[in-house]
Amino acid sequence: MAALRRVLAVSQGHLVQWNHTAWRSFTTSACMTRMTKTESAKPEGTFHVTMIPGDGVGPELMHSVKEVFKAANVPVEFDEYHLSEVQNMASAEKLEEVVNSMKLNRVAIKGKIHTPMEFKGELASYEMALRRKLDLFANVVHVSSLPGFNTRHNNLDLVIIREQTEGEYSSLEHESAKGVIECLKIITREKSNRIAKFAFDYATKKGRSKVTAVHKANIMKLGDGLFLQCCKDVAELYPKIKFDTMIIDNCCMQLVQNPYQFDVLVMPNLYGNIVDNLAAGLVGGAGVVPGESYGAEYVVFETGARHPFAQAMGRSIANPTAMLLSASNMLRHLNLEYHSNIISDAVKKVVKLGKVRTCDMGGYSTTSDFIKSVTDYLHPAYKH
Amino acid sequence: MAMRSATLAKQLLLSVPAIRGERLARSGKVVVSSAVNWRSYSSQQIIPPPAKYGGRHTVTMIPGDGIGPELMLHVKEVFRHACVPVDFEEVSVNSSARNEEDIWNAITAIRRNRVALKGNIETNHNLPPTHKSWNNVLRTRLDLYANVIHCQSVPGVPTRHKDIDILIIRENTEGEYSSLEHESVSGVVESLKIITRVKSLRIAEYAFKLAREKGRKKITAVHKANIMKLGDGLFLQCCKDVAAGYPDIAFESMIIDNTSMQLVSRPQQFDVMVMPNLYGNIVNNVCAGLVGGPGLVPGANYGTDYAVFETATRNTGKSIANKNIANPTATLLASCMMLDHLKLHEHASSIRRAVLTAMTEHRMQTPDIGGQGTTSEVVQSICQQI
Repeated sequence: MAALRRVLAVSQGHLVQWNHTAWRSFTTSACMTRMTKTESAKPEGTFHVTMIPGDGVGPELMHSVKEVFKAANVPVEFDEYHLSEVQNMASAEKLEEVVNSMKLNRVAIKGKIHTPMEFKGELASYEMALRRKLDLFANVVHVSSLPGFNTRHNNLDLVIIREQTEGEYSSLEHESAKGVIECLKIITREKSNRIAKFAFDYATKKGRSKVTAVHKANIMKLGDGLFLQCCKDVAELYPKIKFDTMIIDNCCMQLVQNPYQFDVLVMPNLYGNIVDNLAAGLVGGAGVVPGESYGAEYVVFETGARHPFAQAMGRSIANPTAMLLSASNMLRHLNLEYHSNIISDAVKKVVKLGKVRTCDMGGYSTTSDFIKSVTDYLHPAYKH
Repeated sequence: MAMRSATLAKQLLLSVPAIRGERLARSGKVVVSSAVNWRSYSSQQIIPPPAKYGGRHTVTMIPGDGIGPELMLHVKEVFRHACVPVDFEEVSVNSSARNEEDIWNAITAIRRNRVALKGNIETNHNLPPTHKSWNNVLRTRLDLYANVIHCQSVPGVPTRHKDIDILIIRENTEGEYSSLEHESVSGVVESLKIITRVKSLRIAEYAFKLAREKGRKKITAVHKANIMKLGDGLFLQCCKDVAAGYPDIAFESMIIDNTSMQLVSRPQQFDVMVMPNLYGNIVNNVCAGLVGGPGLVPGANYGTDYAVFETATRNTGKSIANKNIANPTATLLASCMMLDHLKLHEHASSIRRAVLTAMTEHRMQTPDIGGQGTTSEVVQSICQQI
């Protein structure tokens, strides 16, 4: 009898268990979902993040990020992958490793992988290959002035969103007749819709009020015309956000003359590259502006203006502000709001006080001085 | 000319007797074609990709009225604790405003994010008849044809019946909810109930597909074809047609009045149920009552492109608003269904587990299921579990 009761209890236990699983598996979309192991990459509250130091000052910047994370007790572990075209550290396998790691971690922090100018048989750089493999279609650079660091324009706050998988960067070039080279610029409706929607979604999420599409549809009537049309179509879905268009040449002039009129800018690939750098220059250069690249699944955090800055390598003069702010954005993306805030606050405080500045900001401090100063300000309640 | 009109008249005369017999088939055809038109209209609108970037989703949140806003706050709280990669775009709909601007904003917001979590919006019955239920407008506009709720007994909640596990699929866009009413003669009002072949086939197909996916054994079609021989008859016929394609799933039909009786006397006999709009509404509420009330059961509305998640019974709960006694379970489980829809299964199951443990093991229950906890206490207990 007792045995029977036990059996009953066991079977009841099973029943309850089964009920739980039934609750769990209750998805109702017609497409069967596959459980990916990508989601289980998080043991006990530590986040794994892929780290690609890249070339030039990249490794130094990554080192500074690690230092600051250590000081702030951030529950993030980095999986480091070295990928470089100039140091003979690039191969298809290496790239594959990085991509696999990204598939697991979904989030990466990355320096610039330098692309040599000369042609060696491969039109697409590793940077481009990575972007395409992960389909990182949207590059976001949030240009905002740092309080306490005066530049020609202060209190700037604008966002530049750039399509970065097609357009002029399609790596399609050929010599059709001797001495005549054709570079193909590809604009597709699908990708244009996608980037336009991304821009409007970003504006909605961040509570911004205007999106400006930048184009050259007066010359490239079909290509840029399509891009413009897609932006207009998508804009209809967002009645609360103002939509405006501007031609790229005029946009550049306006940016240096009166950048305050802009809010969110969305544009195809090459224009985006130029405007990113231009706008970064407005608030203090490559060293202070963070950036990020989004795909549907993956996100890479990097600097806003992507330069290896190879001449500064090993001299400890690189400005880690951009990379640290980008790392702070990464923590926010990982739902680590608190850590994100203390790091960005500490960086902004150091910049504002102005005692420790690297040479690009007009000071004489080294990278390590700057990091030391940031870590000092991480827990202001105890130190000051 | 005269000859021509004569032949025309002849044709007309000849075809008169044929019309009656063919009425069912014809009306079916007419409706089909109009539905197809409507459909192509909806597909003409651009359907952009979902708002998912870097693995983070944006989801529209419509707090609604009554207890909606407070429950949405709790959802956000729980999501924050569980590190769910979802951002909410909050769209408030003011139910007391007369103009329709708010609801259109909400609809475009769902169109751009594709997924929404929603509280119920109060419908004022005293407004002129041109004023439609906004909940209904939202569902029909987004073509959310399938309303799915899963009523399952929860261990630890005292109810009259045990071991209930019913999946109810309800057609959500036509039938009695077509909002077609008129006074043809003074004192005589006609409400039109529309049943179309296209939509009936669609919902039946959905039900069978879902049943197979979930490994269910039996589907019961609920109808009233003995009275509404043509309308509900068409629905039933469509269900039968689809059932022929699924030999592995048993199919039976049951009349709605009998169904209601069976549900309250012996609910364990049901597995999956499929039915038109109004019956679905009633059966949903009956079943939710069977397993413990409106605070426990989540519901989902699926269309081809969009999905909206809410509580199964769609009440506003005005009487208990802002008293901190509302049961957050239904809304939280609805958010879990949403996470499953977004393929964030891991997060969904961790929240679901926490909700169930808090309720069954820690006895953290709100008054509606016999507990003494407040809403915030329950939510805190859930967050600790996570």
